[in-house]
Amino acid sequence: MKCQKCDRQATFHITDLIDGEPSELHLCEECAQAFLSPAQEQGQEMMPAMAGLLAQHLAVGETADELARLDQRACPVCGITFLQFRKQGRLGCPHDYVFFEKELEPLLVSIHDQTRHVGKVPKRCPHGADQQTQLIRLRREMKEAISAEEYEKASELRDQIRTIEASFREKTE
Amino acid sequence: MNLDDLASSSGEWLRGSGPESDIVISSRIRLARNLADFPFISRATDADRAEIERILHGRIDALREAGKAPAESLYLKVSDLPEVDRQFLVERQLISREHANSEGARAVVIDPAERFSVMINEEDHLRIQVMQSGLALAEAWEQINKLDDLIEEQVTYAFHERLGYLTACPTNVGTGVRVSVMLHLPALAITRQIEKVFKSLHKINLAVRGLYGEGSQATGDFYQISNQVTLGQTEEELAKKVADVVPVLIDYERQAREFLIRESQETLHDRVSRAFGILRTAQTITSEETMSLLSSVRMGINLGLIGELQIPTVNKLLIHTQPAHLQKLSGMELDSSDRNIERASYLRRHLNGDNKGSAANN
Repeated sequence: MKCQKCDRQATFHITDLIDGEPSELHLCEECAQAFLSPAQEQGQEMMPAMAGLLAQHLAVGETADELARLDQRACPVCGITFLQFRKQGRLGCPHDYVFFEKELEPLLVSIHDQTRHVGKVPKRCPHGADQQTQLIRLRREMKEAISAEEYEKASELRDQIRTIEASFREKTE
Repeated sequence: MNLDDLASSSGEWLRGSGPESDIVISSRIRLARNLADFPFISRATDADRAEIERILHGRIDALREAGKAPAESLYLKVSDLPEVDRQFLVERQLISREHANSEGARAVVIDPAERFSVMINEEDHLRIQVMQSGLALAEAWEQINKLDDLIEEQVTYAFHERLGYLTACPTNVGTGVRVSVMLHLPALAITRQIEKVFKSLHKINLAVRGLYGEGSQATGDFYQISNQVTLGQTEEELAKKVADVVPVLIDYERQAREFLIRESQETLHDRVSRAFGILRTAQTITSEETMSLLSSVRMGINLGLIGELQIPTVNKLLIHTQPAHLQKLSGMELDSSDRNIERASYLRRHLNGDNKGSAANN
């Protein structure tokens, strides 16, 4: 992982308390020292983890328009936008890795220097879990339908959810 | 078994034995896992979090009933615990600070001997960790691998054929593994070589954290060394990378200790003796000062400069003198200045070999 303040490798992982809320910082040694000596850095607003790193990557080769369009893309399963991910540094659901694959690739290379898993593989669903992903989407849509008082739609969605859940139970029993 | 029993005991990882335990306090491995059919925590509604917690609670009970998980393991709903209990679990390194302070339904499963804990609804749905005393990463991996298999019998993990285990933060994707070793490096700190050591660790992509991961200024000269990369290498390779660097660090620390003995034995002996003296006689003392003095005393024992004290006692005092532990052990809610008085009293009781805490017999 790169330092949030410069291009060097981040090797200090600091949990800072801002207004009583813990916030994670990833810094290289020099930036960490500057940060930890309060005279120099006091009061400066810190970017949340990952956001700075991402911003650096995205700034390369993207025009403001492209960046704005990219930021508005939302995962069809969990609804998170790329902007929300950039701000909080956390993804919204497993499908984000598929939906934002192209955007995440440079980030993965920067963090891990690799893009392919070679370790342990689960015995169950080693090739992914598409139906499980659909459940996340269906549950969200059902909740939205209920809020919008579209009860007929909500009950259809509920039936679909139950069918998938029942098929899981058959498999495990 | 309840939290109060846990407070007065001390975990397997603090027993101060195991390979290289004069310098290596403990070995830890954690795995980040998520259920395939729920959003990650940041997008999970309160209802989702409650449902994840309910499902996992059920699955863990099933494992206990089948005799596959220790029946005596403790299931605690962290979201229902008072603050002092949550802080206690953080001090004990059984949950993270983030887990203690976040929102929504959260739980932890704790092995009574503290060989493992499983956090539910931390940054990921599951954070499984295994702890061992001394340098024992291969054993820790073997145990956590089995534990992971057991849990996987019960649930479907979020997994991608190319990217591996999917995690809320892309820094953990792939293996989801963090392999870490906690080292006590006081002589490298005294001889001001520690920064040089850190720089070389950075170059090989290893991270350095303090005792509770809260910053570079490691309290009491305790440092956690861990992998940063989680994708593109196997769990064994990642564990080996950390395991391979530890003997080098141990060797540096031993050399630095020998150098101090050779070049300035009186100064070193004086530092250790004064630290021991203050700990045995102080009437009020902060947590930071305690950690720093216990660090000197711990090194003094290893160098044969203090004969009447054992390493497991020092390891235990390091944890038991933390704020929430003091309050749990005394059974009282204490403010900061009362804690400093209680801490000094606790130290006198445990270091003077009597229950009066008197300094007169020194």
